[in-house]
Amino acid sequence: MNRDTSPFRPASTGASPTPKHASLTASTNLRYSLTRKSIYDRHLNRTKTSELSKSAFAFLFGEMVQHAQKKVYGVQDLEKKLNQHGYAVGQRFLELLLWREGRTAKRETRILGILQFISHSLYRAIFQKPADTLEKVRENEDEYMISDNDPLVNSYISVPKEMSQLNCAAFIAGIIEAVLDGHCFPAKVTAHTAPSDMWPGRTVFLIKFEPEVLEREGLRHGST
Amino acid sequence: MAGSTTSYYFVIIGTKDNPLYEAEFGTFKQGGDGVPKFREEQRHMNQFIAHSSLDCIEDLQWASKEMYLKTVDKFNNTWVSCFLTGGNIKFLLLHDARSDEPIRQFFTDVYDLYCKTLMNPFYEVNMAIRSQTFDQKIKAAAKKYL
Repeated sequence: MNRDTSPFRPASTGASPTPKHASLTASTNLRYSLTRKSIYDRHLNRTKTSELSKSAFAFLFGEMVQHAQKKVYGVQDLEKKLNQHGYAVGQRFLELLLWREGRTAKRETRILGILQFISHSLYRAIFQKPADTLEKVRENEDEYMISDNDPLVNSYISVPKEMSQLNCAAFIAGIIEAVLDGHCFPAKVTAHTAPSDMWPGRTVFLIKFEPEVLEREGLRHGST
Repeated sequence: MAGSTTSYYFVIIGTKDNPLYEAEFGTFKQGGDGVPKFREEQRHMNQFIAHSSLDCIEDLQWASKEMYLKTVDKFNNTWVSCFLTGGNIKFLLLHDARSDEPIRQFFTDVYDLYCKTLMNPFYEVNMAIRSQTFDQKIKAAAKKYL
């Protein structure tokens, strides 16, 4: 593998050693690459247009699910774990995405704005297509739904019968939750399987905002 | 400020109003040597000023969609400029003269460095940034623009 593209390079050099470990690094040379280049010397647009192999991703994702499964007691617990994994991705992806927009980057300050950002910009950046629908739940003021007819992460996941409640797109729900949290719209996001005749794998992400979000929206912008 | 050269205080604030990184530097413009010239009692005042400006930012951040909020607060001769990232991380710069554009360029560079820090899988949001490389690059950006 080409040294430049090695995924381990940033990890080995990104953080400088704390004083406690300073002597350790001097003797083992573990934390510095031979070229002495660090994560800070790498351009953030380097991988902007490069595509990831779907099978490689499916393999890694499958392993991640299996790994998470070993440490949990039930379906809910497992989904929570997947959500947490996604959350870490979302936190990073949000900043990266805004950085790439450059000077035109905007922070979203309205509920609708941030939801559109997620279902269009974010979804397109990750999956190269916008989310299929964005709807408001009619019965509840604080709930919205984003649906994906065929989530990429589920393409090679077959859920066993006894775990029929499980939807591994909880990972994507985690990404969405991180983006909402980052913009100060705290919410709970959950993934639900909602098959239609045409799309057996259709997944709905249910977004339930915390009450303070609606309160703020009302105070700042009048009733919406 | 007593001397003719300007000094800056820069701090990155996390989402829980916790400081992640702080630095002081002087200007290299107008024959400055890049050494901060804060008086001893001013140094801890800087932290108080930065902290008190957080309230202003919390109010302003909903009025504008811009990431660069320009100067958000003023205390005696000290201006506070702020840049707010999408993940609600605040970059604050305390300075004693208004100059929006160079500060914007400085913040843009800092944002670049912050994103790179975040790409490190061992770094998590709200962790203090202790990387020496980060520190050097921030100082280099300050030298370039401020």
